[in-house]
Amino acid sequence: MTRVGVLDSSNLTGGQRLAVKYFTVALVLFGAQILFGLLAGLQYLKPDFLYGVLDFNVNRMVHINAMVVWMLYGFLGSVYWLMEDEAQHPVVGLKLGEIAFWVLTLAVTVVVLVYLFVQYGPGDIKTIWFINEGREYIEAPRWADIGIVVVVLVFYFNVLATFIKGRFTGIGGVIVLDLFALAGLYLAGMFFTPNISIDQYWWWWVIHLWVEATWEVLVGAIMAWGLMKTLGVSRRIVQTWLYIEVALMFGSGILGLGHHYFWIGTPDYWFEIGGFFSALEPIPLVAMVVHSLYDAGKHHMKSSNHPALAWLIAHAFGNFLGAGVWGFMHTLPQINLYTHGTQWTPSHGHLAFFGAYATINIAFFYLAAQQWRGNVYMGAGIAGAWRWKWALTLLSVGVLGMTMALLIAGYEQSFIERAINGSTWAGYFEAQNHPWFQQAMWWRQIFGWVTAAGYLLLVWDLLAIGAGETRTATRVGHESEEAEAGAEAAPATA
Amino acid sequence: MQAIPWWAREGFWAKTAVFVTALSFVILIWLTFDTMKQIMAGSVRVPDYSVINQRISYVADDERGYQVPKIGPEEPLFGKKLTEEEAAALVRKGKLVIQGRNCMNCHTLLGNGAYFAPDLTKAWLDPAWGAATIREQLMVQFLMDPTNNARTFGSGRKMPNLKLTEDEAKAVVAYLKWMSAIDTNGFPYNFKPIPQGGE
Repeated sequence: MTRVGVLDSSNLTGGQRLAVKYFTVALVLFGAQILFGLLAGLQYLKPDFLYGVLDFNVNRMVHINAMVVWMLYGFLGSVYWLMEDEAQHPVVGLKLGEIAFWVLTLAVTVVVLVYLFVQYGPGDIKTIWFINEGREYIEAPRWADIGIVVVVLVFYFNVLATFIKGRFTGIGGVIVLDLFALAGLYLAGMFFTPNISIDQYWWWWVIHLWVEATWEVLVGAIMAWGLMKTLGVSRRIVQTWLYIEVALMFGSGILGLGHHYFWIGTPDYWFEIGGFFSALEPIPLVAMVVHSLYDAGKHHMKSSNHPALAWLIAHAFGNFLGAGVWGFMHTLPQINLYTHGTQWTPSHGHLAFFGAYATINIAFFYLAAQQWRGNVYMGAGIAGAWRWKWALTLLSVGVLGMTMALLIAGYEQSFIERAINGSTWAGYFEAQNHPWFQQAMWWRQIFGWVTAAGYLLLVWDLLAIGAGETRTATRVGHESEEAEAGAEAAPATA
Repeated sequence: MQAIPWWAREGFWAKTAVFVTALSFVILIWLTFDTMKQIMAGSVRVPDYSVINQRISYVADDERGYQVPKIGPEEPLFGKKLTEEEAAALVRKGKLVIQGRNCMNCHTLLGNGAYFAPDLTKAWLDPAWGAATIREQLMVQFLMDPTNNARTFGSGRKMPNLKLTEDEAKAVVAYLKWMSAIDTNGFPYNFKPIPQGGE
């Protein structure tokens, strides 16, 4: 029996219960990301802070690794969340999926503890296997890499088998093919070579083809399902858009990889290929904004879950602004020559990861919170609605503020270090010591604290939203189902 | 209700998505084969590891419009000429130390990494070492005890002591020398290298 307004696991299906576990760890890691980001940010301002105890490289590594891992946990959770509904079949191999979750979480805990307490090792291959691989974003030691692959294979089996046993929708098909590519690409990061040009060539296969291709397509599919659920948009419309986005995303993103091959020793034909295709990368992101706003407007913003819809809209804008605009600003080689390896990159990185990925994961946290309390009402006029609105505002303002501050620091660095001083170490420090750079870093820190406040409010709200509410969620979807039936019948009668 | 035109149908866009993805991927694979040939150690763009036996400088190339590495006369690292195998082993060791000490979460290499400390792409050629004749010794001393040999340039940022042994420090220096010989299409631009005499 459904208990509305009460946090009760019997309100969830098997897949949803597993999804909630993934979401919980994701939320904890989101907190770790912010905490270690604050520590690393403070070290720019107070270099002696934690010197020799938790140095910048450790804090920064935990900051970016927590980010990558919480995004992945969010994605895995989101797929488990929507899979049964989409396939119309219970998760196949759920028990195995549960074991995989605990194995992965244990492995992540061990990796983080080793990062924090062992930190580094001698210059031999054992360090790469057991302590730290020392390659940005994929620092996890090799044993953990193998563990991750095994866990992802279990997850992949769950997904594939569930869709096969149930039904294969367009969204299901895109998810299955995309996850195959996503998992396969991880293998490109699992080898050692002394040749740094070859190392970075393949490293970018993992990093770029994840965040600028397969992750984007995955969130496109998740977004499609989210719009059907929150607004009741017709399947035909979201799936057609999804295919358009896949074509545009992979059509620009796969060869857009070339914008990372300007300066790592690779041939200069990548200037043209990388410049051209990466300049096209914002187009699918514009399409996503148009798509989601059109759908929301068409349905008069009448949604079953206001916070989730607000975060989905934040995702559409954030993805376009952070990944699209901020990426485009420095993607052409003529500009990138001066901006590569400066604070421009973290400016882009902060807004892109938040805008494209944090937002949509948070939207799914709200879908989960709603269902967990018995598909509780989350429309207009809920008690304590200020919390989710302020959490959204503080997180967005915080990240945008950090982005702007880092952009100013990046401009200053590009001019003083690169253009004027020719990138020598003296030039680097002249730029770092400049009052404009220092001011920008203070503002980054202040907006980091704003982000942290937003995070705390978000956690509070996710725990409290819907408590004591007796109404059930607004039902959406009637009109769209009728329209869909009409549209599908149309070609036959035309 | 009007019929859906072909260009707005799900089926059309599904096929387009598959075609575009497959085509892009095939082109990427083809370009990867070509790029790999051009960036193997010993190619024109990425030199053999034994290049550490020679002087490396960074000079203007008028045709390309930016600086490129130039391999000069013999100038062995630490005064000892190494065979190709010895040089390869030393550079390999240097890369393992750089990964094991997590250098890239403060520094950038070829512009990739973190931004808390200077880029290392042309560290070997940086004028901050004062004179070319003493730099390798200064680099080893610095790497082995960066706290007491701190070079903060007024920033207050000090490299932590990562307890490098002398062999590890020398391997890192060899790695930095080899990396400075990679043709990076003019990155970093307008760089002002350390004077090495005769240039």
